[in-house]
Amino acid sequence: MGDCALPVLACPEQIALEGKAPVLMGSQCASCGEVYFPASTGCTRCCATEMVPYALGGSGSLWSWTIQGFQPKAPYNGGESEAEFQPYGVGYVEMACGVKVEARLTVADPALLKIGMPMTLTLIPYRNVPGHPPVFTYAFAPAA
Amino acid sequence: MSDEVAIIGVGLHPFGRTDHLSGQQQGAYAVREALKDAGVEWSQVGVAYGGSQDAGNADALSNLLGLTGLPFVNVANGCATGGSALASVIAAIKSGVAEIGVAVGFDKHPRGAFNPRPRDWGLEDWYGETGLMLTTQFFALKTQRYMHEYGIDEDALIRIAQRAFRNGALTPHAWRRRELSYEEIAESMPVNLPLRKYMFCNPAEGGAALVLCSAKHARKYTDRPVIVKAAVMRTRNHGSFEVFNPGLAATQSVAPTVTASRAAFELAGVGPKDIEVIQLQDTDSGSELIHIAENGFCEHGEQAHLLRTGATEINGRLPINTDGGCLANGEPVGASGLRQVIEICTQLRGQAGLRQVQGSPRLGYTHVYGAPGVSAVTILQSA
Repeated sequence: MGDCALPVLACPEQIALEGKAPVLMGSQCASCGEVYFPASTGCTRCCATEMVPYALGGSGSLWSWTIQGFQPKAPYNGGESEAEFQPYGVGYVEMACGVKVEARLTVADPALLKIGMPMTLTLIPYRNVPGHPPVFTYAFAPAA
Repeated sequence: MSDEVAIIGVGLHPFGRTDHLSGQQQGAYAVREALKDAGVEWSQVGVAYGGSQDAGNADALSNLLGLTGLPFVNVANGCATGGSALASVIAAIKSGVAEIGVAVGFDKHPRGAFNPRPRDWGLEDWYGETGLMLTTQFFALKTQRYMHEYGIDEDALIRIAQRAFRNGALTPHAWRRRELSYEEIAESMPVNLPLRKYMFCNPAEGGAALVLCSAKHARKYTDRPVIVKAAVMRTRNHGSFEVFNPGLAATQSVAPTVTASRAAFELAGVGPKDIEVIQLQDTDSGSELIHIAENGFCEHGEQAHLLRTGATEINGRLPINTDGGCLANGEPVGASGLRQVIEICTQLRGQAGLRQVQGSPRLGYTHVYGAPGVSAVTILQSA
């Protein structure tokens, strides 16, 4: 990242960067209060259509995890060759509101992952193509 | 009985890889086999429903089978395509549209994992681009959580795969016919932990077809009709943990498998304890593990004991996936649900050879699950 330039994000609408640490953005049903990530245009719980923005925060606990052991086909666009591909962690992280967010994890070692462990939101450069700025997405790291 | 519908013919194009035949040709082959089994001509068929995911429209099979002018409806319901086609044919026969109907499914997938397009499923491109939209990932995440909640370890996953390949070895039309040892499965490549290579089925090719008619006419065509006591399809409710979900609701609700299963048992007027032979969706060992309980065949957490004690083997109390299931047959999505129905019909007719469940089973059960959270269940009874 440059000193002043904001990172290129794969999903800018899902991430708020105003403060020091990134925060995930979703929506909440104005009628029944159900929270959604990513933001939804309607409530699948009560069928209402008025939604308001909702900040899910940047920390939670690991709810489930796996290691992506093979390189996905398109539309995955990490940009690495098959030989360069490194397995990556994927998990659901339970946020304070109870919603579980699916995300890349910064670690891919089963020995370092345990359901229930505290996790912190960060950004990772998941797409790296020579001659282009890296593209970042949200990910969770074990909390320090 | 008077209102019921019977399966009078079944036909399969073996699953696997058939390079010289298109998916539609494999579908047409299955229909011809089913017609032969029922002893009826294509010209006698009054209604047909069918579909594939990657091999084109089912009504194009008429170009191969004969342009008889019949109403032929294309079904596109992912893994529930076969189940939805079957439910639709039954409704059509019950409503008097036709005396004889055909349900057909076929497919021909490229090698390797499925790569769905996010927008087809109402999702944004970034979900696929950042490497989160894989069915194998979902199955692993759901299995990992389930094993944590119910204290089940990897042994159960290995035993499910081992039984599938053992049964596949007994099934002449299965794709994978080599038994695998416990160690081979346990040490195979981690694909999406806790799931390994030999715990996953592969996308494949094949065709499956059924010929049905009103139960009151069934004896005209066959002396071994199979009555469809229930054919139910359900989609997900708010809060259930489904494939292709960037976020899960705070409060969990039951899976569509549970709602479809309960509705089917209620319709059929029987319970899980009455079922003598079972087909469960086993895209992977973890899915079958969960589906044993979601369909009511045991309590959550009891599976490890059932598997360890052999209860789910062909000679056990709950024979599951007697033909090796998706693990040994592969998964041509459009055809897979009807393969399950065909295996149960074969068992109820006592024609399953080396894999035959003993004691002349009369009641069988099939279950499919697929994206984006659909399930179809049938309960079948020998007449």
